[in-house]
Amino acid sequence: MSSGTVHAVDGISFDIDRGEIVGVVGESGSGKTMTALSLLRLVPEPGKISGRILFGEQDVLQMADDEIREFRGNEVAMIFQDPMTSLNPVLRVGFQVEEAMDAHRRFTRQQSRERVVPMLQRVRIPAAKERVKDFPHQFSGGMRQRAMIAMGVSNEPSLLIADEPTTALDVTVQASIIELLRDISRELRAAVILITHNMALVASLCNRVIVMYAGRIVEEGPTRAIFKNPQHPYTWSLLRSMPRVDEVAKERLISIKGVPPDLAKPPAGCKFHPRCRFRIDKCFTEEPPLGEVDPGQLARCWVLMKNIQDPESEAMR
Amino acid sequence: MSQPTTVTPATDPTIKSPLVRIEHLVKHFPTGGAFGRAVVHAVDDVNLAIQKGETLGLVGESGCGKSTLGRVIVQLQPATSGHVFFQDQDLTRLRGEKLRRIRQQVQMIFQDPYASLNPRMTVGDIVSEPLRNFRLARGKKAEQRVQEVMRVVGLNPGFVNRYPHEFSGGQRQRIGIARALVLNPTFMVADEPVSALDVSIQAQIVNLMEDLQEKFNLTYLFIAHELAVVRHISDRVAVMYLGKIVEIGPSAAIRDRPLHPYTKVLQSSVPVPDPDVEASRKPILLKGEIPSPVNPPPACRFHTRCPIAQKICSEVEPPLEMKESGRFAACHFAGQL
Repeated sequence: MSSGTVHAVDGISFDIDRGEIVGVVGESGSGKTMTALSLLRLVPEPGKISGRILFGEQDVLQMADDEIREFRGNEVAMIFQDPMTSLNPVLRVGFQVEEAMDAHRRFTRQQSRERVVPMLQRVRIPAAKERVKDFPHQFSGGMRQRAMIAMGVSNEPSLLIADEPTTALDVTVQASIIELLRDISRELRAAVILITHNMALVASLCNRVIVMYAGRIVEEGPTRAIFKNPQHPYTWSLLRSMPRVDEVAKERLISIKGVPPDLAKPPAGCKFHPRCRFRIDKCFTEEPPLGEVDPGQLARCWVLMKNIQDPESEAMR
Repeated sequence: MSQPTTVTPATDPTIKSPLVRIEHLVKHFPTGGAFGRAVVHAVDDVNLAIQKGETLGLVGESGCGKSTLGRVIVQLQPATSGHVFFQDQDLTRLRGEKLRRIRQQVQMIFQDPYASLNPRMTVGDIVSEPLRNFRLARGKKAEQRVQEVMRVVGLNPGFVNRYPHEFSGGQRQRIGIARALVLNPTFMVADEPVSALDVSIQAQIVNLMEDLQEKFNLTYLFIAHELAVVRHISDRVAVMYLGKIVEIGPSAAIRDRPLHPYTKVLQSSVPVPDPDVEASRKPILLKGEIPSPVNPPPACRFHTRCPIAQKICSEVEPPLEMKESGRFAACHFAGQL
């Protein structure tokens, strides 16, 4: 057995405002989910968090137990990937939505009960009045995800964390959940953190993007800048490794060689250098800082894509 | 020159030398309903031809029957009725040694590289098992073939004695591909081969499959729920809804001008990694849920959710007919959404 410390998330700093949708993208193991769980202090044992997580003026890491409980339910809501495993199969959907409100005592029992059907209507569950009595298995995947969203937003949180909210769903259902999330974030004026591996989803929903690799932020900036002018080779390659549904000619995909590093023994220097096609000597030994490359756009790279002549043909070699 | 109305995708005149031809293929599963008579209509009257050397993409949402269709084609499951012709031999009628011999040429790649490899077998054993099953090679000769195939799919031949758990998802999928390739097949059915992989790995596997196709003149049936990947790798695309093929045609033509409303809906639903495109993309949202394949809607199965359905759509089933050269759609109002 191996032991030691895995730095699943290392030196992450970012902020998010009300009304903003920030996408956190990365592959499995990049630390995107751990980052979100850290915000809620929900990191599984024996995980440790250090640093500061400020919510308004309060530091989440310094909160007492009853304060963090209050914070989790009232201020923050989390929506998970798989609505079937997140809902209790033996309790009626309506009851579970009501319970979410009762647990955090923002509303009276009476109010909670009265709010259930309007909440289900708000997430556009058809025939909500009848369906509040259904059990989760009587709901389709998309409806379950709507019910999860209803639970999440029932306490009118100011921060909504959605972890791969559409990944388990069919494309036509995905489309409607994307629309719902967009509307809900507008109505609530909540800050939304969207965690996903799907760059297209980010392009569709987010104002700002954080790209994670091996527990670090490797690039960050306004969505348009990141997609039109990515500076980190990882972001650049990721965008070119995906076929597009509107792709005109059949082009060869640019693949990223190798696999993400084992975080128990990460490589020296830049964590991406073993897979990078544009690396220089320095990348092997020294980890680059997250530096500003354009106003509002940061990248953790010694090279930067703007300094590479013809990256496509370089990458095809 | 007028086409007789009986042209189906199985007899499509633009498919000059079909390797696979599927006629009126049906697969029903009994569900043991109240009187034991309820059946799941997983695949209903499918007609298809696959051109030698092409990639035919098969898309549809979960439960549409696309995986079942793939499995019935390679005879992993028996058809309820209908025919699967492979090089003019009907696989559904072959038994025993004759079927086995054909099976060497027809291989399958599975979605989940974690579940489809035996964890107790080494990579060498996994990849050489088909050789042993078909008594094609043993000992040194088998070893050589395994090493050769491993090299071809980009695996280090030095890893023959390792076990599947020592590999990443992408490498495991390469093992699955090596196993399918070791018998030198002509036709491969790939069922969601990249869906379980990370984005940066998907491109590696897609590129590998394209390379192998060119090198060994393979014919693919590529099944996926993800329209972008299917469109990228396929020469032609077939779209399935509730057990039926609703549209089939060349990838580019379908992208530019889908004929069936469901194809159009699917296409409009997929986000594109480009914020400028996304700012103006308006997905066509479907009403309701996908109906149960136990009781599919009468006539056009899509009529209950179709944005342009008329009265006729619930009364008369539209046949999958040729609308243009090489393009088929099953819709009374094809091209009107």
